[in-house]
Amino acid sequence: MKRLYLLAAAAAATAFAATSALAEDTITVGFTASLTGPLNVDSAGQQRGYEFWRDEVNAAGGIKVGGKSYKVKFVTYDDQSVGGRVQQLYTRLINQDKANFLFSPYSSGLTAPATVITEQYGKIMIDSGGAEEKPFETGNKYLFMVITSASHYLSGAIDALKKYDPHAKLALVYSDDPFSKAVLAAAAQQAKAAGLEVVMDESYSPSTTDFGPIVNKIVSSNADAFLGGGHYSDGATLARQMHDQKANMKWISILVAPADDKFAELGPAALGVTVPSQWELQVNFKPQFGPTTAQFAKAFMDKMHAKADYHAASGYTVGVVLQHAIEQAGSIETDKVAAALNATDITTFFGRVKFATDPGHHGLQAAHQMVLAQWQMVNGKLGRQVVWPEEAKSAPIMFPIKQQ
Amino acid sequence: MPLVRLMRRPFFWILALAIAVFALAPVFGNNVALREALILDAVYITLASNLNLMLGYAGYINFGSIVFFGLGGYTCVWLVNSYHWPLGASLLVAGVCVSVLALIFGLGILRLRGAFFALATVGIVEAVQAFAENFTPWGGSSGIYLSGDIFTPLGGPARALWVIYFMMVAVMGLSLYLSYAIKSSKFGLGLLAIGQNEDAAAILGVPTPLYKALVYSASAFLPAIAGGLYFFKSAFIQPSDAFDLTLSTEALVVAMLGGQGTVAGVAIGAFLYEELRGYLLTSSMFANFQLFVSGALLLLIVLFFPGGLMGFIYRHFPRTQKVLE
Amino acid sequence: MLGVLASIIDGVLVGLVYGLAAMGLTLIWGVMDVINLTHGTMIVAGMFGLYGLASAVGAPPYLALPPVLIGGFLAGVLLYWVAVHRMVGRPPLMSLLSTFSINLMLIGLGTSIWGTALFNVEVALPGFSLGRYTFPGAHILAAVLAALIAASLYLFLQRSRLGKAVRAVANNREAAELVGIPTTRVLAITVGCGVAIAGVAGMLIGTLFPFTILSGDSYQLKSFVVTALGGFGNPVGALFAGIALGVLEGAVTPFVPVSWTLVIEFALFVLVLVVFPGGIFAARRGAL
Repeated sequence: MKRLYLLAAAAAATAFAATSALAEDTITVGFTASLTGPLNVDSAGQQRGYEFWRDEVNAAGGIKVGGKSYKVKFVTYDDQSVGGRVQQLYTRLINQDKANFLFSPYSSGLTAPATVITEQYGKIMIDSGGAEEKPFETGNKYLFMVITSASHYLSGAIDALKKYDPHAKLALVYSDDPFSKAVLAAAAQQAKAAGLEVVMDESYSPSTTDFGPIVNKIVSSNADAFLGGGHYSDGATLARQMHDQKANMKWISILVAPADDKFAELGPAALGVTVPSQWELQVNFKPQFGPTTAQFAKAFMDKMHAKADYHAASGYTVGVVLQHAIEQAGSIETDKVAAALNATDITTFFGRVKFATDPGHHGLQAAHQMVLAQWQMVNGKLGRQVVWPEEAKSAPIMFPIKQQ
Repeated sequence: MPLVRLMRRPFFWILALAIAVFALAPVFGNNVALREALILDAVYITLASNLNLMLGYAGYINFGSIVFFGLGGYTCVWLVNSYHWPLGASLLVAGVCVSVLALIFGLGILRLRGAFFALATVGIVEAVQAFAENFTPWGGSSGIYLSGDIFTPLGGPARALWVIYFMMVAVMGLSLYLSYAIKSSKFGLGLLAIGQNEDAAAILGVPTPLYKALVYSASAFLPAIAGGLYFFKSAFIQPSDAFDLTLSTEALVVAMLGGQGTVAGVAIGAFLYEELRGYLLTSSMFANFQLFVSGALLLLIVLFFPGGLMGFIYRHFPRTQKVLE
Repeated sequence: MLGVLASIIDGVLVGLVYGLAAMGLTLIWGVMDVINLTHGTMIVAGMFGLYGLASAVGAPPYLALPPVLIGGFLAGVLLYWVAVHRMVGRPPLMSLLSTFSINLMLIGLGTSIWGTALFNVEVALPGFSLGRYTFPGAHILAAVLAALIAASLYLFLQRSRLGKAVRAVANNREAAELVGIPTTRVLAITVGCGVAIAGVAGMLIGTLFPFTILSGDSYQLKSFVVTALGGFGNPVGALFAGIALGVLEGAVTPFVPVSWTLVIEFALFVLVLVVFPGGIFAARRGAL
């Protein structure tokens, strides 16, 4: 009987040793995703990017730190697209699940409340889903953003318009949400600087369902170029109603919605619509670290059975940047990794990544460039082509948009 | 009923004990994860208890309870951010302002009854949200971001979150005692009479318009403070979070689940509802179906426990009626 | 000026569809004092029914009307037996709870199947132009169909034996029972009709705009507004109130910043409720 006890104790001890050894060799990364609620689509894309990175790293033996390999483990919950929930869950991720590093939830509105928690516990959080600048202006030390921030979203569109039609009359019509407002406020200034005329500048409530009267108002304003939209269904509805009501825009740039492949559902209404994009399949940077675009796209397709989009690419990049910083720091201690992140200046397939380090904008992306993608007919099928900047373009721009 | 007489009843002490346990539970072992879960419970309990003043006593369905919460949040965050007021003063001002506003609004819309009143409150939520989206001093739809320094006067973020927790529990406790005190007062009897039959109550001499406006205003005070605390803690407020109609609907559901018109039932209903949602969210088995599962469970409760939780308890343990109110 | 006129005509067209959607809500509300919180989701179900038949199977969009009508009716009857039947006669708004739970289940199920991805049904119909302003063919046809369905509902309630039974139950359930009307069956049929109308309205909206699984919220809210303006349990009032709402949205837009439309819309709504608690279009209380 006694021997049995001993045996059991020994077994328990080895089991304990095994788990603690395991725990030593894993890095736990925590984040919430919006599995339910209005942010679901974009959040799901980002999460696929995160998960794809984890699988790739673990398949390659993990993150190497000073002769040791760490496997990456994820802990993730559904935040229901609600800010209060985010704080509850990030506290849990840090304290109960012992996350070493954190990734951001999707959208600026959810990243800001999460930051209160991560900063308080001094944990690094890397952001790929909230492009707004305000959370970076409140003196955070451990928040980093890999994507281009809101005020640069439409600079490419403005430059392109200036080149193709300096006399364009712009209608800026956008969703009354923080992100879209920040983007269009910057675009209005850039348009003014470029000498373009803005004939309409209005926001609509995010819950607007019928854009008929708004499209009529655009027509009345004599605008021939449209910049605006917001998050998802509103952008698609605008595109469709401008087409249905024959608004005859020469140029249409819409935020976010056209970056998703489902935008093709709109058929003829999608043709010619441009979208500022953090990354497209045709973008070709020479990576110093991690895979090339072609390798990434193929592996992603094979593994996730979906075409990679920019949410997936930016999610993946978050992982790559963390991995790079940990390997540079040679440690998984927060302060050393944070120092390595501050010093990061690398080019991956996603583009160049470098963080602002001045206290007023700490963690904001300082190097990454966006492209402008346009929906065009390729072999009888609708697809996105990079049309701006000129040096990165994969197809000639369609200007003005030809209604079919 | 004077406080002394309330204190002679066992329920007064049961409530005090429950609140104390609630406040101290996360202190042991410095369990911050538990604290974050409990603070959301406290928010739900505060909202549901105050909603119950209108719903359970006076019989008015208010979809707009979230307006108090959101406006309180905005007032408080705005004062802290733009005028650097201390938290305590901002909270108090938020509570008072929102109550006064509710009194003015109440005198107008409380002429409506039943479903019309319910619909008007939906309209108010939407109108106020749309207003906040256009109101520049409050940052319009971008809302207001607070900087990390706001927690410094409270002793840094780590300590501040504890302070906020205890304040939130205090607000919850006050809400419960407010419910209890009103229920045991002449004012409360008048409200219950309105809930039973408003015309009869008026004939019997209950000043119905005044009573209704007063209770509407009273039910605004503590939710406004809770909103101030909640959004101060989030360090961020925007219209779509502050005036989320879903939270109002949830508060109604919670009050009905627990047993409208009871003090303990509504609190327990709120606690169980939020714990259930929280559990389903973090459980590995249900995470993908958490909405579906919570819907199904709710439906079963509604179908088979019609009087809410308290109705069930009263029916099966009649003696509890004397103890739990 | 032409722009204003165009927006008003647009408002009438879309308003007819809003009105139809609200009829589904107001019918159930008026007959049995049940606020159907699955209303918005049933509208979305109509949209997805349309998408399934039109885009997946490739049928012409308007052929989806009969299946959506029948499917909606059956879903409504099912809803009645699951969530409403036990609630009739309980404290007035217990049904709020039961339909809220059903809605949670449906949305949960829908989100785990489709996510909140965007769906669109292409409708290629020639439109009608007024100067630079165009009214898409789909809008005109949707408005005509909405008016026809609304008219048939009206005739059904006024003329048919069953419709009269529905009105009798709405007026006084006990008395109706006493004279031998099978009230339970009538109530089930009423919910069936209400949901079927919501579904068809959703199907028509689906031909106008792209949609997601969460689109129902906005339309449910609009239905509430329309119901209040039109008077409870007053389908004809709902139709006119729908048009009024559409025209309001159309007529206000040219003159004020677009973002203020909702403030105006809901402030007006509260005001109207306070001033005309019976609804503007309610000639007499309980026109059913």
